[in-house]
Amino acid sequence: MNFLKRQTIQAQQNSRSSALSRRTFLQAVSAGGGLLLGSGFLIGSASVAAADKSIAAASTTAADAPVFNAFLKITPDSKVTMIVKHLDMGQGVSTGLTSLVAEELDASWEQMQWEFAPADNHRYNNLFWGPTQGTGGSSSIANSWMQLREAGAAARAMLVAAAAAEWKVPAEEIRVSNGIISHGTRSSNFGAFAAKASLLPVPQKPAVKDPKDFQLIGKTIPRKDSNEKTSGKAIYTQDIQLPGMLTALVAYPPQVFGKVKKVNAAKAKASPGVVAVVEFPRGVAVVAENFWAAKKARELLKIEWDLSACETRSSDELFKACHDAASKTGISVKNAGDAIAALAKAKQVIEAKYELPYVTHAAIEPINCVVKVEKNSCELWFACQMPTIDQQQVAAATGIKPEHVKINTLYAGGSFGRRACPSDYVVDAANIAKQIPGRAVKMLWTREDEILNARYRPMAVHHIRGAVSSRGKVVAWQHHAVAQAILRGTPFEGFIQGEVDGTVAEGIEDMHYTIPNLQVQATEIPIKVSTLWWRSVGHSGNAFVVETFIDQLAKAANKDPVVFRRKLLADTPRALGVLNLAAEKSAWGNSLPEGVARGIAVHKSFGTWVAQVAEVRVKDDGSFKVERVVCAVDCGVAVNPDVIRAQMEGGIGMGLSAALGEAITLKKGVVEQSNFHNYPLLRIDAMPKVEVHIVPSAEMPSGVGEPGLPPIAGAVANALFAATGKPLTKLPLGNKV
Amino acid sequence: MISLTINGKKRKLDMDPNTPLLWVLRDKLHMTGTKLGCGMALCGACTVHMNGSPVRSCSLPISAAEGAKIETIEGINSPAFQAVQQAWRELDVVQCGYCQSGQIMSATALLQTNKNPTDADIDTAMSGNLCRCATYHRIRGAIHQAADKLGGKA
Ligand code: FES
Ligand code: FES
Repeated sequence: MNFLKRQTIQAQQNSRSSALSRRTFLQAVSAGGGLLLGSGFLIGSASVAAADKSIAAASTTAADAPVFNAFLKITPDSKVTMIVKHLDMGQGVSTGLTSLVAEELDASWEQMQWEFAPADNHRYNNLFWGPTQGTGGSSSIANSWMQLREAGAAARAMLVAAAAAEWKVPAEEIRVSNGIISHGTRSSNFGAFAAKASLLPVPQKPAVKDPKDFQLIGKTIPRKDSNEKTSGKAIYTQDIQLPGMLTALVAYPPQVFGKVKKVNAAKAKASPGVVAVVEFPRGVAVVAENFWAAKKARELLKIEWDLSACETRSSDELFKACHDAASKTGISVKNAGDAIAALAKAKQVIEAKYELPYVTHAAIEPINCVVKVEKNSCELWFACQMPTIDQQQVAAATGIKPEHVKINTLYAGGSFGRRACPSDYVVDAANIAKQIPGRAVKMLWTREDEILNARYRPMAVHHIRGAVSSRGKVVAWQHHAVAQAILRGTPFEGFIQGEVDGTVAEGIEDMHYTIPNLQVQATEIPIKVSTLWWRSVGHSGNAFVVETFIDQLAKAANKDPVVFRRKLLADTPRALGVLNLAAEKSAWGNSLPEGVARGIAVHKSFGTWVAQVAEVRVKDDGSFKVERVVCAVDCGVAVNPDVIRAQMEGGIGMGLSAALGEAITLKKGVVEQSNFHNYPLLRIDAMPKVEVHIVPSAEMPSGVGEPGLPPIAGAVANALFAATGKPLTKLPLGNKV
Repeated sequence: MISLTINGKKRKLDMDPNTPLLWVLRDKLHMTGTKLGCGMALCGACTVHMNGSPVRSCSLPISAAEGAKIETIEGINSPAFQAVQQAWRELDVVQCGYCQSGQIMSATALLQTNKNPTDADIDTAMSGNLCRCATYHRIRGAIHQAADKLGGKA
C-alpha cells in the first residue's frame, strides 16, 4: 500500500544510503524519533532491575529476561526472544525479522523465539514512516534490514565481552557460532552470560557481517509460525478469551455513509443472552453473552436508516462516468517528449479502453476487534497493523490519552491492506465497548458485514493510444487513468501530494519501459463508496493495463512479446534480468502442446521486479485453465528464499483470483455481493502449478508481500491474446474467451 | 438436551438445538482451532469430522449431530492426521494460517479414505476449502507427501 507514499520515498532513500553508512543510518533512526542503540542502552539500563529480578527468581519467562536492546531478550535457558515490530498477517515477518537478529547474533535457529512488540512509536516505528509504527508497503524487511542486524550484532558483542571478562581472554579471540560462545577448549551457551552481558554498555557501532559469512540469511529455514498454525493453537483476534468477555454484532446501514434514523430494539433486548443494545455513529450493536445469541437478536432489530448521503448509481453508470472523464483532459502526471505530435505522425495508432472493477480483500478471518474500556485506560487485542494510528483514533473516540491505550497485537488471518485502514472497525469496537465499561467486548463481523463494510480497491478506467515504429520500437504512448482516490476524504487526505492521488497512475507514470514520447494523465472520480489499498494497490490493476497494451503494441510491430520487451528494457538491467530469467525457465519460444498458449508480464512495485509467464490451455468451447506459472523475482538480497517463494505463490493465486472472477458491483448504489457464492475466490482446482526463481542479488532487500501479484493478470490475458488474437481489456476475465 | 461425543468426551448440551456446532465448539467449549470464515458452508474454515467425514460446523445445527462422534483439530490424532500435519510443517504450507485447521481436517479426511490421491482427487476433496493466501500449490504438494509417508507409494 502507498501509505505516506511520497514522504516515505525520501525516508527510504535516507535508509537506503544508510546501508552504506552507519552514521547516516543512526541519523535517520534518530530523526525518526527513536535512537535505536541509544535507546537500547537506556532500555538496557532500565532493565537492570528486571535482569536482577530474573536471576533472583531463576525465571525462564521471556517477560523477565535480561534485555539487550529494544529488540531482544535472552533467558538463562538460552532462549532468545526477538521483539517483532511488524504485524504478521501471513507474509512471514515473524520468521524474517527474527532471522536478521539471529544471523548477527550467531544464534541457532532453534533457540530463537519471538513475540509481537507493544505499541511504541519511538522504539518500534517503521523507519520509512517517521515516528509511526505500522506495517505496509511491503516494507518490513526493507526498513528493518540494518536496524535488526545491528541489534543482533550489538547483543553478540555484549555476550562476547562478558565471556572475555570471565575467561580473562581477549574478546577478539572468542568465537560465536550456532548459539555457542567458545575460546580454545572452553565453551558456553548464551544463557550463562545473558544476565552479565545485558548490564554492559551497548556498543554504538557494532560491526555487521560480510554477506559472504551469512549462515541464515539466504538459506531455507523453517517458518517460526508453522507449528501453532498447524495445530489450531495460533491465537487470532477471533479466538481471544477473556474473563467476562461479551460478543458484539453490529447492524450496519445497507450502504456505507448511511446513518441510523430510528431504532426499535425492544425485541432484540428481550432476546436470550443479550446484555445491551447500543447505538454508535455507524450503526447499532447487539452485545450478548456469545455469538449465536447476538446474531439471533440482531435479526430482531428494527432500524430506519437515513441513506441520503449514499451513492445512488449502478456500476454501468459509474463506468460511463469514468469513460466520460477519461475522454477529457486530465491532470498531467508525466509528460516526456510529445506524444500527441508523435501519434499524429504515426502510420498506425493502437487504441484501447480498459475497465477494472472494485475488488475486496476478503481475508478468511472476518474483521474483528476486542476492546476493554476502563475509567482512564483502555486495552485492545487484535491484529493491529497500524499501532500508532489506531492508538490515536481510539484515544479520540474514548477521550483516553493515547499513551493509556494499550494494544496487544495478535496474528492476522490475512489483511491484504484491510487492517491498515484508517481504523474504521477499531473505532467502532471502541465506541461500543466504551458504553459497557469494565467488560471486554469482542466485536465480530460476519462475512456479510465484511463485504458490505469493505473498503474496496477503486474501480478504474484507462484510455490509451500508442504507436510503434517500423523498427519495432514504441514511439508514443498517451494514457489517461481514471479512478477513485483512496485517501481523499479520509483523515489521511493531507498525504496526497499534488493534485491527484498517487495511486491512480502508479506503475504507469513510472513504467520501466523506455518510451520517448510518453504522456500520462490522471483523474480522480468521486464516488460515494469507501476505498482502500488492496494488496499492491494501484499496481494491481495498472500492471494489467500496461502489460496487455505492450502486447498489443508488440503485435502491431510484429514482434515476439519477449523480444519486444527486451528492447524497451535495455536501460533497466534488473527488469531485463527477471524478464530473461522467466523466459529462460519457461522455455519461452519452444513449442507448446496443442491448445496451450503462453503470455508474459513484467512489473516493478515496492522496489521489487517480478516477471511471470503463464501457460494457459484454451479449449474449443472457449473455456480456459491456467496450468502453470513461471515466476522470476528480484528483491535484492533474498533474506528468506522460501518465504519469498511463498509470497510469490500467494500473490499469483490472489492476483489470479481477482483476474478471473472477482468484482464488486453496485445496483442503484447498493453492493450486490454478500458472501463467497457471489464473490467467488480462487479455489484449489483453479490454482496453477507455480515455479519461482529468485535472481541472486547483493542489492538492499525490498518487499515481497505485494509485488508477486501485479503481473499475473496481464500474463494470463496475454496468453489468451496469443491464443485468440483478441485483446482483453476488461477485468474480471471470466472463465471463457 | 443433545448428546454427542467431542474429541472422545461425551457432552450433553442444553442449548437451542439450532445452534451451529461451530459456536458450541468456540463459545462454549473454547476450542478455537475451528474457525469462522463465511457461516454459509462456502469456505471450509470450520471443517470438523463427524463420524469420520468432513462437515462444515458453521452450518450444522447441533440437533443434526445428536449421538455423533465429532473430532476437531484439537483432538484428532489418526495416522493420516499426523502425516498431514508433518507434511504441512515440512513444506511450510501456512501463511496467515487462518484457513489451515479446516484445510488439514479436509486433507486428513481425504487420506483416511484415499491412500494415494491424484491431483484431480485432491482438487475435488479440497475445493470446499478457501485459502485467500493461496497456499493451494503447497497444499497439493503436502497431501502427496503425506500420502507417500502413509505408504500409498513409498
Ligand atoms: S465458516 Fe463454515 S464453511 Fe465457511
Ligand atoms: S493461509 Fe491465509 S487463508 Fe489460508
